[in-house]
Amino acid sequence: MSSFLSIRNLNVKLAQGTPILRSVSLDVNAAQVHGLVGESGAGKSMIGKAVLGILPKALHITGGEIWLDGTDLLTLPPSERRKRIGAQAALIPQDPLTALNPSKRIGPQITRRLVDILGWSKADALDRALELLDEVHIPDPLRVMRNYPHELSGGMRQRILIASAFAAEPKLIIADEPTTALDATVQKQILRLIAQMQKRHGTALLFVTHDLGVVSKVCDSLSVLYAGKLVEQAQMRRFFMSPIHPYSAALLAATPTYADPTGSLTPVPQSVIDTVEQEVAQHDMRHQS
Amino acid sequence: MPLLRTVLLRLIGTAITLFGVAVIVFVVIRVVPGNPIAMMLPPGATEADIARLEALYGFDKSIFEQFVIWLTGVVQGDFGTSISARQPVSHLVLNRLPATLELSMLALTIAVLAGGSMALLGTLYRDSKTEGLIDVTAGMALSIPDFLWGLVLILIFGVLWPVFHISGRISPSLNIDFTTNFYLIEALVRLRFDVVGDLIAHMFMPALALGIPLAAIISQLLKQSLKETMHLDYVTLARSKGYSERNVILREALPNAILPTLTLVGVQFTFLIGGTVIIERLFSYEGLGNMAIDAVINRDLPLIQGIVILFALLFTLINLAVDMLYTVLNPRLRHA
Repeated sequence: MSSFLSIRNLNVKLAQGTPILRSVSLDVNAAQVHGLVGESGAGKSMIGKAVLGILPKALHITGGEIWLDGTDLLTLPPSERRKRIGAQAALIPQDPLTALNPSKRIGPQITRRLVDILGWSKADALDRALELLDEVHIPDPLRVMRNYPHELSGGMRQRILIASAFAAEPKLIIADEPTTALDATVQKQILRLIAQMQKRHGTALLFVTHDLGVVSKVCDSLSVLYAGKLVEQAQMRRFFMSPIHPYSAALLAATPTYADPTGSLTPVPQSVIDTVEQEVAQHDMRHQS
Repeated sequence: MPLLRTVLLRLIGTAITLFGVAVIVFVVIRVVPGNPIAMMLPPGATEADIARLEALYGFDKSIFEQFVIWLTGVVQGDFGTSISARQPVSHLVLNRLPATLELSMLALTIAVLAGGSMALLGTLYRDSKTEGLIDVTAGMALSIPDFLWGLVLILIFGVLWPVFHISGRISPSLNIDFTTNFYLIEALVRLRFDVVGDLIAHMFMPALALGIPLAAIISQLLKQSLKETMHLDYVTLARSKGYSERNVILREALPNAILPTLTLVGVQFTFLIGGTVIIERLFSYEGLGNMAIDAVINRDLPLIQGIVILFALLFTLINLAVDMLYTVLNPRLRHA
């Protein structure tokens, strides 16, 4: 099986030198879903942003390789890297309420990239947008294309963003906590929609989330991240049956279940945190010299 | 139609504002010392002469009576007769208005172009030395008032490197038979580019002096607003789609970032028009502002009233236009 996205020893640091990602390596295979889990602040979103070239200005890639479809993106000149990413990868953002431009109609927000970056004709792009909106179950797509974002609900907007991400048939989609900002009822529909779309289009998907329950439903394999360092990588089934790393096990145990809704939540034990902190410190020591 | 309703309400508000302005101006210029009649008569005029002339112009009546008479005229479009020029105020004022409007519009254009490009440049090269340079330039431009800029410009482009005219509106030799007083617009329409060039050479320095401080304000405000917008999710998303930084700034960030700037530009533009009073004097530009100073020196009460009312009308109309433009540019307000 070929991996479409392959990250090797990626290091990202703050301008002052604080490490954000610590030698991260991971693979996303073609047409597979790879989950990326960790607590908030673990740096999981930053991996996706580094791949797409949209890291915040304060963060810098200080080492490593990002192979996308056989090319190391980090060796390309910036403009070429940008175009390649735009043509081959797409992002499903976290918050649909802020991810659409408030002063532009929906239609152009989907079609513009197809025309500008990929060189499609306007008519083709329009047809494609209508087709995709229909595919994500938007009623009356023609009308919605003329709407402004503020006229639509959060769920509708996330469907539009999903349609937009799939519009150019990218080989890789990065979903950055795509359901976190939504209502619990809408979350489930959106999750199912992303899974369906991924299967139908055969896209490789990097699914960033803090929710292990979500991972168990949609992913084929996963990586667990703590403080910017990979703690464990595994196939889905193996991970849920027997996690190897104590931190993974503690995370699994901490996931609330419906079986006992009144029971108290299980925190990650301090001893486990001490163990991973120690590993992180050892990693930093090795990389300082 | 809600837009029509809004405009109507605003126009009623405008009328009330203008009435307030009229009352204040009318009372103030009659309370401050200085007798317009005494200015008109040669030295040695008798008390009786003064009293007779005062009666002729109606200054012997009470302020309230005078106001009612004046207002009755104004409602019918009669702003009285200028004491110094002995011509209808409305005629004098409307003759000068185009010169001031053209000057202000040119100043606004300069301010928007210069300020806008500085803001865009500062955003493109944000957190670099270029941005620092823009901040320093804008700070300096802002801290020097327009009339001082006028003097600086005269020194540079009038004395050291005399490329522009330092006074007047048009060279007498080029004064083609204008049918309107919008010289610049008319010359453009008639394709007389030699005249356009001459007009610009006259207007350039006063317009620049008026426009520099506003350019600095636009630059700083729009840049701040753009920089904040550049962190928003839809901008990041556009960047991930493969657009260049320049494209992202111009097409994604600018349409949203421009809104707060627009409101301020409206307010500042009215200040700019107020600035024409001194700048037109400085460059002997035959506009409304220059006329206002003459009117005050001559204690030409009807003329002062007319000019102030016109300025007030201009200010409220500009604010109305800005609010409407805001609605057009912001889709969220359009249907509200």
